[in-house]
Amino acid sequence: MLSVERIHSYYGKAHILSDLTFEVRRGEVVALLGRNGAGKSTTMKSVMQLVRPRKGGVIFQGRDLVGEPAFRVAKWGIGYVPEDRRIFTDLTVLENLEVGRQPARTDAPHWTTDQLFDIFPNLAERRANRGKHMSGGEQQMLTIARTLMGNPALLLLDEPSEGIAPVIVEQMVATILKLKDQGLTVMISEQNLHFARAVADRAIIIEGGEKKFDGSFKDLEAHPEIRDAYLSV
Amino acid sequence: MAFFLAQFLTGLANAAALFLVASGLSLIFGVTRIVNFAHGSFYMLGAFIGITLMDILPGHVGFWGAILLTGLAVGAIGALTEIVVLRPIYRAPELFQLVATFGVILVIQDLALMIWGAEDQLGPRAPGLRGVWRVFGEPVPKYDIVLIAITPFILFALWYLITKTRLGVLVRAATQDREMVGALGVNQAWLFTGVFALGSALAGLGGALQLPKGGADLLMDFNIIGEVFVVVVIGGMGSLPGAFIAAVLISVLNVFGVTYLPQSTLVLMYVVMAIVLIVRPYGILGREEVAGEHGQVGAPEQPIRPYGPKGIALVGALLFALALVPLFAEQFVMTLIVDMIVFALFAASLHFILGTGGLVSFGHAAFFGGGAYAAALLVYHTDTPMELAFVFAPLAAGVLALAIGWFCIRLTGVYFAMLTLAFSQLVWSLAFQWRGVTRGDDGLVNIWPAEWLNAPAPFYYFTLILGAGGIIFLRHAIHSPFGYALRAGRDSPRQAEATGIDVKRVQYAAFCLAGAMAGLAGGIFVFSKGSVFPTVLEIGESFDALIVVFLGGVKTLAGGVVGAGFMTVVEDWLTRLEYWRLLLGLVIIAVVILMPEGIVGTLRTLWRRIRNIDEETVK
Repeated sequence: MLSVERIHSYYGKAHILSDLTFEVRRGEVVALLGRNGAGKSTTMKSVMQLVRPRKGGVIFQGRDLVGEPAFRVAKWGIGYVPEDRRIFTDLTVLENLEVGRQPARTDAPHWTTDQLFDIFPNLAERRANRGKHMSGGEQQMLTIARTLMGNPALLLLDEPSEGIAPVIVEQMVATILKLKDQGLTVMISEQNLHFARAVADRAIIIEGGEKKFDGSFKDLEAHPEIRDAYLSV
Repeated sequence: MAFFLAQFLTGLANAAALFLVASGLSLIFGVTRIVNFAHGSFYMLGAFIGITLMDILPGHVGFWGAILLTGLAVGAIGALTEIVVLRPIYRAPELFQLVATFGVILVIQDLALMIWGAEDQLGPRAPGLRGVWRVFGEPVPKYDIVLIAITPFILFALWYLITKTRLGVLVRAATQDREMVGALGVNQAWLFTGVFALGSALAGLGGALQLPKGGADLLMDFNIIGEVFVVVVIGGMGSLPGAFIAAVLISVLNVFGVTYLPQSTLVLMYVVMAIVLIVRPYGILGREEVAGEHGQVGAPEQPIRPYGPKGIALVGALLFALALVPLFAEQFVMTLIVDMIVFALFAASLHFILGTGGLVSFGHAAFFGGGAYAAALLVYHTDTPMELAFVFAPLAAGVLALAIGWFCIRLTGVYFAMLTLAFSQLVWSLAFQWRGVTRGDDGLVNIWPAEWLNAPAPFYYFTLILGAGGIIFLRHAIHSPFGYALRAGRDSPRQAEATGIDVKRVQYAAFCLAGAMAGLAGGIFVFSKGSVFPTVLEIGESFDALIVVFLGGVKTLAGGVVGAGFMTVVEDWLTRLEYWRLLLGLVIIAVVILMPEGIVGTLRTLWRRIRNIDEETVK
């Protein structure tokens, strides 16, 4: 569904991703693992074209995304949930969802606000509240729900468990598995190995912007030295 | 009592057009972050197009239809402007776009002159609303009553659009974080165009709606812009109800001002604004601006280094060449170079707070003109010797900066810019209306230099030494510990404070230094011309300096100086032609689109490319 081919991305002059290649197949949940500063968020942004790779290709359902504006990437079916959430704090919950709303598509599950309120009951109670009056966990749910309003075929979740109470993280695991059941393809970036193992089918580990491991969690467990070298436990 | 009421109603009626124009400016700024200087021009176009359409269309339906059509027409012009001029430069450094909008002002001024001629046009009366109605015995024009009646509907319609429709939700979301809106699948380009068109349409509607009370003339654009900025700042940037309250406040105040304090009409609204901002720094209903919250933190600043030996040699050679000019040049060449140096010093002082301090001032002319007036007033009223009066120019400007800075420094970003603009307008209106002291627009004349300087060559050297000295002094300040602290405060205020720098105080000091240097330029200016008029304090003068700094390149040290040289030569050349504003406007727009890093910045990039210096990459 998505294939990232030998991309190089920069922030100004800083070389963040180098020669990164990986694939995401339809229907799977992939975890992108690595330490702080390993390049996880930049990878997400490079797929979304919020950071433009200088070299390489990002092929999504047969189209090369490199150089396209982010809004078109979103329209073609990639939903992006940023790590810092970036909800619209002056807008109510319903209005935040409205910003994300896009027409239904044939290759992805279709979401309405009512369906999303079923998945995120907290949001239903707070539908008329402004974003700035919500807790961190609620904001995280809102930002995911907002992106789902665009009916994406592939969901990019950037560190969804960061800064969230353990109870909410449990809910998040259940939610992501529910989304997978609905037929959504998901890529999450994580530092939390337990969380990743609970939701993902496969792990990709990057360090210094380069891929160090790509395989199942079983393989990863068979090589504890990889885990020790590239993940902080 | 009845008279009071009638006065109040007139104020309310005046508020209608002002509110329309101000809400348009506020909307455009909120979404695109562009301070649209050309907004007054759309208002002026609305008035002219309105008159033309009212001529063609007959009767009641024709009159009101003409107003609506005018809104549509001006909206279309706004959309066209956005697509052609602004869309190519959204990625340029923040606020760079305002230079382009200034080019648009010039182009529209000359186009209006070509199409409608130079004469003021009286607006047609609204059919069926010619007379007055009596309110408690006082006559109130019928049209005023109608305006008062429809204003709440306009407010309601805008409020509905912004709070209840999908467009409104997107607009508010984009005001906060436009990159995220894009990542959610919304095409920002069309959202921006739409908002720009809507804002322009509102300005055009305002221009057409005020016709029966006024008319159309070629000065409307600048005359309204000061007032509109004041309304937007008092109300709070981006707040429609705020703009409405402020428009009513200012309009009512103006009406009473004309009756009771006719000498102070221009000053009054700026005084009110200063009071409001002291109590509420972000306006009545505004909210604090947080840097970088709009998902558009620019490219990291390139470190500025002092010139190496080559650079110093080049500057030395240039100064040497300039010193030789009087030996062979005609007088007009010397005059042109004096103008250039004065402007370069003025621009360098603005560049100092803008580029190095990160504080964008829209009212720097207050210090240039303030210095010029200080020296001229001393000579004119007390026959002070030129040498002493001249010293007073930078001093007085510095003191003025001390006073204005006290109010402004506590603000940041566009609020800072607007407040400096308002204060410069305050100073301008003092010079314009305090006729007993300043002689108003008759200006102060016969302000000539002392005997020993009163010839082309000596004055040329005087200018060269002080001008070049001032510019070099500013450059040294940039590379001193003070300059480092200033740059630290610009790039990362919190980090700077955590390292023990009192950012606000450093900025305050820099503001005063920049003001004093602008005053020095003003001092040279007044003695080179022998006279001074309120025009040196006008918005246009501040904008000239801004344009020059941006055109030259904000992020380069030589930007202000090179920009000033470029503009003086281009202006000297173009003003000989009939429609020079049109050409100058087009030149400005062309430079902005072709050289988004400014002249110096773009040349530097080109030079690197030619020499094929690969950008070193850091891993």
